[in-house]
Amino acid sequence: MIDLDTWQEILDTIRSNKLRTALTGFAVAWGIFMLVVLLGSGQGLAQGVEYQFRDDAMNSIWTSSGRTSKPYKGLQPGRQIRFVNDDYDEVTTRIEGVEYSSARFMVFGNQQVNYGREYGSFNIRSVHPGHRVLERTKVTEGRYINDLDIEQFRKVAVIGILVKQALFGEQPALGELIRINGIAFKVVGIFEDEGSEQEQELIYLPISTAQRTFNGKNRVNQILFTTGQATLEQSQAMAEEARQILAENHDFDPEDKGAVFVQNAVENFQRFVSLMQGIRIFIWVVGIGTLLAGVVGVSNIMLVAVKERTREIGIRKALGATPRSIVGLILAESVLITGFAGYLGLMAGVGVLAVVSGALPAESSFFRNPQVDLRVALWATVLLVVAGAIAGFFPARRAASVQPVVALRDE
Amino acid sequence: MIRLRNLHKSYAMGASKLHVLKGIDLEVGRGELVSVMGASGSGKSTLMNILGLLDRFDEGEYRLDGEDMSELSETRAAQLRSRHIGFVFQSFHLIPFKNAVENVALPLFYQGVPRRERNRRAAEILDKVGLADRAVHLPRELSGGQQQRVAIARSLVTSPKMLLADEPTGALDSGTSYEIMKVLQSVQGDGVSVIIITHEHDIAGMTDRIIHLVDGRVDWDRSNLRREPAGHEESEVAAAAAGS
Repeated sequence: MIDLDTWQEILDTIRSNKLRTALTGFAVAWGIFMLVVLLGSGQGLAQGVEYQFRDDAMNSIWTSSGRTSKPYKGLQPGRQIRFVNDDYDEVTTRIEGVEYSSARFMVFGNQQVNYGREYGSFNIRSVHPGHRVLERTKVTEGRYINDLDIEQFRKVAVIGILVKQALFGEQPALGELIRINGIAFKVVGIFEDEGSEQEQELIYLPISTAQRTFNGKNRVNQILFTTGQATLEQSQAMAEEARQILAENHDFDPEDKGAVFVQNAVENFQRFVSLMQGIRIFIWVVGIGTLLAGVVGVSNIMLVAVKERTREIGIRKALGATPRSIVGLILAESVLITGFAGYLGLMAGVGVLAVVSGALPAESSFFRNPQVDLRVALWATVLLVVAGAIAGFFPARRAASVQPVVALRDE
Repeated sequence: MIRLRNLHKSYAMGASKLHVLKGIDLEVGRGELVSVMGASGSGKSTLMNILGLLDRFDEGEYRLDGEDMSELSETRAAQLRSRHIGFVFQSFHLIPFKNAVENVALPLFYQGVPRRERNRRAAEILDKVGLADRAVHLPRELSGGQQQRVAIARSLVTSPKMLLADEPTGALDSGTSYEIMKVLQSVQGDGVSVIIITHEHDIAGMTDRIIHLVDGRVDWDRSNLRREPAGHEESEVAAAAAGS
């Protein structure tokens, strides 16, 4: 029905109605432009949120000790709760579904660290091997803390890339001895972290070594673990279980929110995910609404155009045009205009997003990389063709149904 | 070629009905040059629209080349118009944004003729009506007579079996009218049935046969044995018709 000659016919009619075509196209271009910009902004928001979560594993539960705020079994409120190694063992073995886990023993304050004559002061974090997954630490050289380190109280350290640069410069660091408060540790690994700069200024030690070296006995400050593929409900149950175990071990009310802080990243993340979904749906609704207004505009203008061309259509019919060819002509014209204008709108939208993206500060965490992916662009294109067809359909049907004699009489 | 039996057509005018054709019986053979006359409101334009399948009739029988034209689908009607019928209108009805040769080539587009072939045939037929040098002019750049000749070329480009001309000279001065009539007369030689609707006696006088309609019926229908070649101011039959 639509061959090269038909397109030639359509191009002829479009060329003879430039202003009308331009106005029609603008409505659609604007609709698509808005849709793309909105979707891109939504994407930017979503990526901003994801950026804030990128530092840590998203399926993790963090517990840290605090002070009791309620009396329990005759004990006064205000007791400091201290976790110990047994708590860690119990939490990680008794709760089903724990994937990776680690405790943290804090060595508070910056510690003086030196390599030869190079000095620096850095934070120490002592952990189990599972911590690598929880913190999403990227070991770029050497290895991370392992189980043998823990068992044998090895004096080894995994240092952040910034620590390495400060102490070693361009020199190789692996196998070298650094001194932390005068105690020698062997560097076995270097890591990077996508979190903040601070995360890369850390030194990881085996928790057992740190407890012994820094006079920590069996004390633990935080217990963290990932929940694997657990659903939100399951992870909530696991967090509750951890709270129960800790309450049992330390005689505090399980309802006491002050005694132990439990942070369920799954919960937080889920909340953001559903928020983002809400925003996304909203954006689609607004965008499609805008586009729909454009489609109605096109339909309207096409109706006027068909009315204007009634006589021409009558002539074409008298010369042997079938109703199908008339419908095809109007429909194809509509699809062509919407398609082309929509493409321009798409390009303009993508261009604006690119400019905005380039102008954003790199550290911006609320709005990042606003962009539309190929799939969305593809959908928009499909939407456009459909929109063009819808916009053309009613005018086309009207044009095809007019009796030639009526059309010819029209002045 | 054309056979009408007791053809009726009425239009709804609000609540009342306007009975325009009240039983037309008519036969037109191949290669005939016929004129249809009558006062305005006598139904001659309606008759032409029905003959040209531009409008439907209510009752009676219309056979075109033996094929029954009642209950005709719009698509079939379009096919028949495309292959067998050429139209010439009083107000030319050229498409304003197409030049002469494109206008002439348009009916071939609806026959599915390839572009090159279309343009070749259109140019050829434009040459026949003496407008080869005006091929790329837009309708508004042409005089009335030239526009009508383009329209005639367009109606002939598909080599139709029947040419329907509704007041083809109505918008033209007499000199130009005669030129147009000369072209239409020459078409007859190619075996095309030509039906001209007119209210001008001298135009009718240049055809072989005159059908006179009064109030939706055939008043009289007679051969014009003393057909005048185009260019004569007076014709006997025309004068007789004027007097009757």
